[in-house]
Amino acid sequence: MTGLWRQAWEIARKDLRTELRSGEVLMITVPFGAAALMLIPLAIGVDAPLLERVGPGMYWSVVLLFGVLVTVRQSAADGPAQMDLLSLLGLDPAARFAGKAGASALLLMAFEAMLAPIALALYGSDPRGWWWVLAVLPLVALGLGLLGTLAGAIAASVASTTLVPLIVVPLSVPMLLAAAQVTEGIRVGATIFGWLLLLVVMDLLLAVAGVLSARPLQEATR
Amino acid sequence: MPEAVIDLRAVGVRLGDTPILRNLYLRVEAGEAVGLIGANGSGKTTLLRLLATLLAPTDGEGGVLGVSLRAAGRFAVRPRIGLIGHTPALYPQLTLEENLAFVARIAGIPSAAVGEVLDRVGLGLARHRRAAACSHGMQRRGEFARVTLTRPDLLLLDEAHAGLDAQAADLVAYLVREVQGRGGAAVVVSHEPGRIAPLVGRFVELQAGAIAEPGTAAP
Repeated sequence: MTGLWRQAWEIARKDLRTELRSGEVLMITVPFGAAALMLIPLAIGVDAPLLERVGPGMYWSVVLLFGVLVTVRQSAADGPAQMDLLSLLGLDPAARFAGKAGASALLLMAFEAMLAPIALALYGSDPRGWWWVLAVLPLVALGLGLLGTLAGAIAASVASTTLVPLIVVPLSVPMLLAAAQVTEGIRVGATIFGWLLLLVVMDLLLAVAGVLSARPLQEATR
Repeated sequence: MPEAVIDLRAVGVRLGDTPILRNLYLRVEAGEAVGLIGANGSGKTTLLRLLATLLAPTDGEGGVLGVSLRAAGRFAVRPRIGLIGHTPALYPQLTLEENLAFVARIAGIPSAAVGEVLDRVGLGLARHRRAAACSHGMQRRGEFARVTLTRPDLLLLDEAHAGLDAQAADLVAYLVREVQGRGGAAVVVSHEPGRIAPLVGRFVELQAGAIAEPGTAAP
């Protein structure tokens, strides 16, 4: 393992261990996400065809809106003292970005996986489209993780963590659209390749932007 | 003249239009320890962050460990600098041992040294305690353990004795002498000059971001 990937792994491992012990991220987002998924069926009533049609969009909307909380929490996990420490230890800022984005993506995948059965039970009795959702989960989780980590670094550089949702939500709309269209495409038999490609390209662009901007953003934070 | 560990020439730091440090000249030689004193808001912590290369000067020229504070290469010198600031840089959910092992792995230091270092600062029995459950004094000892582990050539201690009992205060002396023994240098900030007087060769006083003229204030 090269120095950068070894350091990234250490950052991710530290963040995941912290979450495992504190439960701050998943203990907050999962109950609220589940509650949000329940609101629409309560409002619509027992209209199975309608629920099945809006299910994928509802699921991805909840993943996006509450997934932002995961990335916000993760980006605020290191205080100024820890940031200084990591700099003085010679940590490559790109490794920090990769590690934090990786940990966020894993937490988001766990979040998605916990909400998926709830959405399946509430919205759709036919799981055909939902199996394809499983293939999209890692792509969306990685994209949101990368975007949230990048937004966290930008917000820290201007000393305003409240900026994170303002950056993440609009930029994640294409991901939400693509994920929902893949699911819908499977349901109605339409082609999904273009939407999958959009998710892959967005993930790659965010990864490159995050790695290239890691050092300037870190130094601007001071 | 041998290369100084710290060499500041007319250095200033401004945040926006506000000058925080002004026209600083400071030279600290290898093997030297300097006490930094001054009232609250005089710029002591900013100066330590400048010396740690975490801030770049906005005026003047300067270098630490032979590297310019303005150069892109200043990043490379950071692992040779140890900073203990006001706030502990420990991860609260990790145990003291995990905190140090994390530092060791990031810095590329063999993790086998962690246990020995914890014993040395008197935290051997508390190694499995989470940092969040440690007192301020224990967290401070944890910071000392980290600096002992990373063996910096330039040691920067902010409020060195804050919240420490007499036994822990001896660790400050140990750290300073250890770095001096390696041919490095230390800058020790304290509001209690009397406590650091035996450790340092001289005092530098900051007044409103500038170094006070010798004789204008006695420690």
